[in-house]
Amino acid sequence: MSGMTGVALTLGLHFPAIGKEAIVLKQDTAESQGFELNAWISIDETGKVTIVNHRAEMGQGSFQSVPQIIAEELEVDLNDVNIVFAQGSQTKYGSQVTGGSSTIRGSYQRLLKLSATAREMLLEAAAKKWGVPRGECFAENGQAIHKPSGRKLGYGALVEAASKQEPPAEVRLKSPNEYKIIRKPMPRQDTPPKTNGEAVFGLDMKLPGMLYAVVERNPRFLGKVKSVDDSGAKAVPGVRHVLRVQMNVFSHKREGVAVVADNLWSAMQGRKALKIVWDDSGFEHYNTEQLFARMRNDVKGEPLSFKTKGNFSRAFGKAFKKLEAIYETPYESHSCMEPLNCVAHFHDNKCEIWGPIQGPDWVQSDVAPMIGLKPEDVTVNMTFLGGGFGRKAFLDYPHEAAVISKAINAPVKVVWTREDDMTQGPFRPGMVYQCKGGLSEDGRIDAFETIMAGQNMDHQNPGADKMAYNSSATEGLLETYLESLPNYSFGDIPLDAPVPVMWWRSVYSSTNGFAFESFMDELAISAGKDPLDFRRQHLWGGRYQELLKKLEEVSGWKTRSKNGGYGVAITECFSSIVGEVVKVSKKTDGKIKIDKVWAVMDCGWYVNPDIIRAQVEGSIIMALGAATVHATHFEDGKAVEQNFNTYKMPRITDTPEIEVHIMENEEKAGGAGEPGLPPFTPALTNAIFDLTGKRIRKLPFALEDV
Amino acid sequence: MASINLKINNKAYTIDSDPKMPLLWAIRDLVGLTGTKYGCGIAQCGACTVHLGGIPVRSCSIPVSAVGSKDITTIEGLSDDNSHPVQQAWIQEQVPQCGYCQSGQIMAATALLGKNPNPSDKDIDTAMQGHICRCGTYPRIRKAIKAASVIISQKASAK
Repeated sequence: MSGMTGVALTLGLHFPAIGKEAIVLKQDTAESQGFELNAWISIDETGKVTIVNHRAEMGQGSFQSVPQIIAEELEVDLNDVNIVFAQGSQTKYGSQVTGGSSTIRGSYQRLLKLSATAREMLLEAAAKKWGVPRGECFAENGQAIHKPSGRKLGYGALVEAASKQEPPAEVRLKSPNEYKIIRKPMPRQDTPPKTNGEAVFGLDMKLPGMLYAVVERNPRFLGKVKSVDDSGAKAVPGVRHVLRVQMNVFSHKREGVAVVADNLWSAMQGRKALKIVWDDSGFEHYNTEQLFARMRNDVKGEPLSFKTKGNFSRAFGKAFKKLEAIYETPYESHSCMEPLNCVAHFHDNKCEIWGPIQGPDWVQSDVAPMIGLKPEDVTVNMTFLGGGFGRKAFLDYPHEAAVISKAINAPVKVVWTREDDMTQGPFRPGMVYQCKGGLSEDGRIDAFETIMAGQNMDHQNPGADKMAYNSSATEGLLETYLESLPNYSFGDIPLDAPVPVMWWRSVYSSTNGFAFESFMDELAISAGKDPLDFRRQHLWGGRYQELLKKLEEVSGWKTRSKNGGYGVAITECFSSIVGEVVKVSKKTDGKIKIDKVWAVMDCGWYVNPDIIRAQVEGSIIMALGAATVHATHFEDGKAVEQNFNTYKMPRITDTPEIEVHIMENEEKAGGAGEPGLPPFTPALTNAIFDLTGKRIRKLPFALEDV
Repeated sequence: MASINLKINNKAYTIDSDPKMPLLWAIRDLVGLTGTKYGCGIAQCGACTVHLGGIPVRSCSIPVSAVGSKDITTIEGLSDDNSHPVQQAWIQEQVPQCGYCQSGQIMAATALLGKNPNPSDKDIDTAMQGHICRCGTYPRIRKAIKAASVIISQKASAK
């Protein structure tokens, strides 16, 4: 909390050790004991509350949901809570990586405890001041109130006394029915700056004396720079430097030539004038069809086993009915609306970084050694992110910016063009799934097997064990199936390909879900059962049954019209369960249109229903794009789609009506930003099957071609 | 390089620029108004939309020398206090997620409502289909344009 002056009550969390519960400490206590405090909350003498958001804000709403949690237990008006971005620091904040839909589910219990502790200390200070029992005092709207006498004191007047106390070890937290701020659809505090151009994204950062850089990188991932003629580039007015750069991409070095200029346009013109000879020898120049041919062959083989139960082979062998199907999902680009960019200033053996960064602590710890610094000499500042979806948790672009700043000895903003962003990866990996299922005579699943073939993201890291199974092979599958199905086998066959791959919103669930829930539908049809009832008989546990019941009600499943096609899918991702029903029909020209999507989200404990609805709506539209509009292809070792003219995006004209419902229960918080994505595509293709009898097993497909 | 005069949000600017520099980069890097965003550079996504003589255009694809004396309006010029009916509607309907594309979306919606204060669903789709939102805020954009239409008619009848 540097820069704060005067008396304040500043509390933060100290993480004694990995896996241990965080404890609440005062800032001065932490300093005297040499702990770096995660200063999440500070109340000054005017009663103003400042909190530090340790996570990125990339659209998912942490800027609103984190203050709502704090304001609830602290008993202050949400408008009195000022939120600032944290700098990257693993020692201070624990993991800050905004991934796995973890912002709330990973920290809400701590945030509740922290703010309740501050409230208790302020109330204790008030009771002492008034000489009354603590039990006669309560907090409301930034004030301590003595109930019998009606006396009131604002928090500002209490911070000095409160800051002299020790935090209580135990505090009482509200039960959900006492909430006044949590669970309310409060408008986001970051909306106004996002409607008038004020919000500062990475691309908007500017430092005094800052130069601008663009980089021509080898379009083949393993390619090198053989030679460069930079005379044309250097002749462009405004161009100051041309230099060869390398940045780490997992186990490889991506090579390119940077052009640095007074403004971005000059840098772009300089880049066009470069004459580079690439060295593309010594590695395979693959294309999409070759990669998928390998995966299709792989799924026939013996997988690395991840999870098994009973005896799949025996149960499948004697099944009353047997079913087999192969599903394919393509490589995809994240294509955040804000292309990658990063500002770095390397000076005096320190480096400061600003940018749209999902994992500031990773950048600090991992980029530091790449540029010859200690982590404590690297400062990482988060701006707003113009989308992230997993791509901005990767370290290549901050690394590159730091390398360039170091080389030119000046602050620099490195901007990736849309073409750079779309062609260099990392991508969502393309996958092929082979599913086998055996049904009993009464139409239950006796045997279930999925073999997935595709790149394992973990295998890219230096020194990775390439024979390790993919522990994400059941991501997306309802956990209850692992209990209710008597015989199953899940495994994978990793594809060794030099395509860089990375988390893409909902990660493996985004592709696994399509295979699992399409095949579940095929089994239901084969068993002659209603697809929703078929799932119901395999769902153990009230939580799943409740969700299914709600989905059945809101979608009007039982009374659905005969002239439309209906499809259902339910997946589990990052501790949340989402069920979706899609209705499709034929337009007058005979082509398919999506009439409506109903979604039921069970994310357990939650903060802001409007943000959750927004996340589910957005997840559905992102899934719609990957299902029906876009895919990344490779030809001769290079990505084919370079911009939105060929990597098409879903548009407002493609957007169906979406209705989102949220389950109310006592479960722990699950993720909200990603789990709405996986069930959409199988619900859509199941609906198309219902309408047309045509089963879609390969993505993407064009709705007009069905 | 050439000296070029621009009138942006009713303010005169003189910049020293390559005449071929797209208006987008002149607005962002030379004038310093960063509310207008870069998304694709080829007029496919709409993030860079500004009004040129009242008409929505893709500033990434117009050389700064082609602007002439026409008035330019950017997101910063809609109002001083977020009070433009479209801004109010965007806040009311909680449209933005990451927010990056929203300047362009708002400029397109403003232009639509300027010539058609009561647009149909089809009018909205037609006017907005050139704008990509990767967060998928389209359902709320539809709602917000209708809400803005109501705010505009309320303001008109209040006068």
